[in-house]
Amino acid sequence: MTAILDISDLSVKVGGSHILQGVTFSVQPQGVTALLGRNGVGKTTTLKAVLGLMPRAAEITGRVGYAGASITRQPTFRLVRQGLGYVPEDRGVFAGLTVAENLRLAERAGSTPDYDTVHGLFPELRKRARQRAGTLSGGQQQMLAIGRVLLNPNRLLLIDEPTKGLAPKVVTEVAAALEAVAAVVPMLLVEQNLAVVRRMARHAVVIANGRVAYTGGASDLLDYTEKTKALLGVGKGEH
Amino acid sequence: MSTVVLLTLTGLGLAALYFLVASGLALVFGLADVLNFAHGLFLSVGAYGTWWASGNLPGAGASGWGFVLAVIFGVVCGTVVAALVELVLIRPLYSRTIEQVLVTVGLSLAGVALLQASWGADPRTYPRPQWTQELTEVAGARVPNDRFLLIGAAVIVLAGLLAFLKFTRIGLVIRAGVEDRSMVTALGIDVRRAFTLVFAIGGAAAALAGALGGVYAGSISPTGGSSLLIFGFIVVVIGGMGSVVGAAYAAVAVGLLQQFVNYTSPGLGDICVVALLAIVLLIRPQGITGKVATS
Repeated sequence: MTAILDISDLSVKVGGSHILQGVTFSVQPQGVTALLGRNGVGKTTTLKAVLGLMPRAAEITGRVGYAGASITRQPTFRLVRQGLGYVPEDRGVFAGLTVAENLRLAERAGSTPDYDTVHGLFPELRKRARQRAGTLSGGQQQMLAIGRVLLNPNRLLLIDEPTKGLAPKVVTEVAAALEAVAAVVPMLLVEQNLAVVRRMARHAVVIANGRVAYTGGASDLLDYTEKTKALLGVGKGEH
Repeated sequence: MSTVVLLTLTGLGLAALYFLVASGLALVFGLADVLNFAHGLFLSVGAYGTWWASGNLPGAGASGWGFVLAVIFGVVCGTVVAALVELVLIRPLYSRTIEQVLVTVGLSLAGVALLQASWGADPRTYPRPQWTQELTEVAGARVPNDRFLLIGAAVIVLAGLLAFLKFTRIGLVIRAGVEDRSMVTALGIDVRRAFTLVFAIGGAAAALAGALGGVYAGSISPTGGSSLLIFGFIVVVIGGMGSVVGAAYAAVAVGLLQQFVNYTSPGLGDICVVALLAIVLLIRPQGITGKVATS
């Protein structure tokens, strides 16, 4: 199966810090690939480097292929228009805009926005259309961030810690929505909640010390307590 | 009472000028993170464009619709210069703050030198329609009509900008970009296309300030833009970077404070404005409305 995203020898250096040191892995065109690792190993940096969102001062080398073509150094807006949807770690909702305006902003010329899917997954967004996004709860903001991406057709979703800081009930709700989305669109998911990873991910990639330390089946990784503890710093009973 | 009314309306007229300069500065800084020291040049281009057109452009003149045509010509000149500055000089320098400051400071100095070389360093008498020099009685105060012209123009520009930000797609992109520019690009939007437009809008508002400021002062000089720009920056910082509404509030505060203090203690008005800036920076460093282009 040809990979939808192919990252080859990706290195990122910011200031004196060498965050990624030759990261190589691919994302399959179906299902969820979990990108795992301890805090600060460069998971978010990997997503940002793929999308061209690193600061100008960052030194980036390596190659990123998407759907068979090189996308290295392409501007972010062009990649997104090619179907790379991105939900950032901090959710990236515009606090001063209403829910409806946040969604309207994501509408794209030449494509009909899929409000049915978004409102079907997150009915709360329809009810709160006129509310400023800055006044939403964390869970509602996450729904808005995911919903905004789902308005347009995507070929791959890059989703960064979607359950971070959410109440357990909301985690379940968000994970269920992502699971429904993942049935249709492949996903590269950065996630610390291993229960969510176990539920959703088919493949896993673990980054440690700026390099890829594991690629393979997600359950193969999570079922081995010693391996999980060594790579992620948590035991089986803790996730 | 009549003195208070006269000072208030004169202060509001001054505030209108500050707002016209500051609104563009606020949007440019809020969206593009560009500290544009060349903004005063757009004001001078508007003033000199209007002055030149009133004497040379067919159909334009110093009164009636002729003056309106001259002002339109000045505003168009300021708009075009602002858009060209963004496209040619600023665009290659985004994310390079020091180079941007050097280029815009250099451009403002070169602009003044160019105006001096073209029309001399001495102030030029500005064409003023007769009715702007007449007085209108308000609550016992005899107020020059040019104050109403300035206030009316600023209110129209404020309403127009707010409607533009609220009801248009590009306005929505600008409001979002002021909050988080990289996230706008992560939604598939080429935000840099909005930069040129924001520069052009800012240039138009500044050029209008130049054109109407000439009516207020009675003359124009090559350095006029630079002196108004200082107050424009103060208004932007007090109002909050990126906020048009904040710029309006701050402009009114600065204009009234300056006018009333200068009346009671001549020369102290500017010092009080700087003190107000210091107080706002200490108590609320993000300015009155923070970094959100509210509509």
